[in-house]
Amino acid sequence: MGNASSMLTQYDIEEVQEHCNYLFSLQEIVSLYQRFCQLDRNAKGFISADEFLSIPEFALNPFSQRLLKMVDGLNFKDFVAFLSTFSSKATLEQKIELIFKVYDIDGKGKVTFKDLLEVLRDLTGSFMSEEQREKVLSQVLEEAGYSRNCSLLLEDFVKILGKPGLKMEVEVPVD
Amino acid sequence: MVELRSSSSEMDLDRPNIEEYLTTDSIQESPKKLHLRDLLDISPTLTEAAGAIVDDSFTRCFKSNPPEPWNWNVYLFPLWCLGVIIRYGILFPLRVAILTAGWLVFFAAFIPVHFLLTAHNKWRRKIERKLVEMICSVFVASWTGVVKYHGPRPSMRPQQVFVANHTSMIDFIILEQMTAFAVIMQKHPGWVGFIQKTILEGVGCIWFNRTESKDREVVARKLREHIHGADNNPLLIFPEGTCVNNHYTVMFKKGAFELGCAVCPVAIKYNKIFVDAFWNSKKQSFTMHLFHLMTSWAVVCDVWYLEPQYIRPGETPIEFAERVRDMISIRAGLKKVPWDGYLKYFRPSPKLTERKQQIFAESVLQRLEEK
Repeated sequence: MGNASSMLTQYDIEEVQEHCNYLFSLQEIVSLYQRFCQLDRNAKGFISADEFLSIPEFALNPFSQRLLKMVDGLNFKDFVAFLSTFSSKATLEQKIELIFKVYDIDGKGKVTFKDLLEVLRDLTGSFMSEEQREKVLSQVLEEAGYSRNCSLLLEDFVKILGKPGLKMEVEVPVD
Repeated sequence: MVELRSSSSEMDLDRPNIEEYLTTDSIQESPKKLHLRDLLDISPTLTEAAGAIVDDSFTRCFKSNPPEPWNWNVYLFPLWCLGVIIRYGILFPLRVAILTAGWLVFFAAFIPVHFLLTAHNKWRRKIERKLVEMICSVFVASWTGVVKYHGPRPSMRPQQVFVANHTSMIDFIILEQMTAFAVIMQKHPGWVGFIQKTILEGVGCIWFNRTESKDREVVARKLREHIHGADNNPLLIFPEGTCVNNHYTVMFKKGAFELGCAVCPVAIKYNKIFVDAFWNSKKQSFTMHLFHLMTSWAVVCDVWYLEPQYIRPGETPIEFAERVRDMISIRAGLKKVPWDGYLKYFRPSPKLTERKQQIFAESVLQRLEEK
């Protein structure tokens, strides 16, 4: 009776732990592995976009399409690494970096006005007009001392978001 | 193409609104001035997405749990082997024999009654009712069902509807052996469909196809007609609309709760000691499911008939449904989850996403006007 978790050896787990900077405990990784195998329906070693979308709670998320660009085709190690940012042991900087990456989805190292606008579009859908979105954004940018034309770097994100109160934690169920 | 689209939008209307079931604490608004930080902080949405990836309650509801292996040591293993030989070699053929004999007796009596007693409608129905109860007892005997019924046995009277949590089609058989309920169920293919059509229609059962919106209108009408008839068998509805693995309860469809009559909750809890009674209809056919049950030692389950409930003044059908779901969940020790069982068959509706977007947009706009 081969149990899914019995297929992971100590070496495997240590390797994964190293890959995610020890943000998850051994038990959490075993639990995540079971979840990974459950999502990876035909055991091909990675999770496809369709399989992610088969989770209703994920499919309903306003960022589902955006996040798919980051998680589509992840193997187990990268799957854990992605989720490790949501561990309670991850630092505030790591969390902010992930937020930055969600904005900077094409990975050019900076967030432009257009990127900000796109995320706001995901969040508000048809309930705000394009002009309203632009107006809101340029207004708050100006207030914070930025202008429409300058792009935000990771340091700016850390400066703006780097205050206690940012809570981005997901608990891995361990049984 | 046009027709297709219109029918799918009809379906959308027919589906329950997830947002109606959402708790209000997921909607938070703080009428203070909007800062860049508030717009940039997308952590709640990201956390939700990651939470869903790590563990979603939806998939958990429909997961069959493999039994704990216990045949792991030198003397238990031969015992287990002996058990396998007895279960497959002796019990199973014996049970098949019982079932066959049961069907033979059933048809021998049913066919003449059904076609010859057409003049005496009352008698015919009474006999058919008894016969259906009998064949269900035979079914229960064929998996050595150890069923404990708690509470009063349902009587035949108008203006009441029974609702139960749903784990497998055998729920129906277990309840039917005590009282010939008229049940609302999904149409099935194969021999099950044949039985549905020929025999169970006699006890007033109503069949429909869950993907056909027209069918559902017809069902709603038939429902109303049925509960008013004094002569009709008591009505049984599985408001979850799909089989759940007996660890959770998913959202109840509100249809049964807006009929304006007494709702009698029935809680069913299976003991997994010998076999998991969950029928994962996507993975196995009903025949395979029965085979699985018939090769196990026994099916152990508890049935509770709970106190009849009425809609309270000012209560919406949904709140009423949730209250009844609470009762059943507590009695049977099941966890409540806010999911619609029909999501197994349809993609989730984008309505929920839109609702979230609307809340966010409104708070942004409101705070923008504040200044």
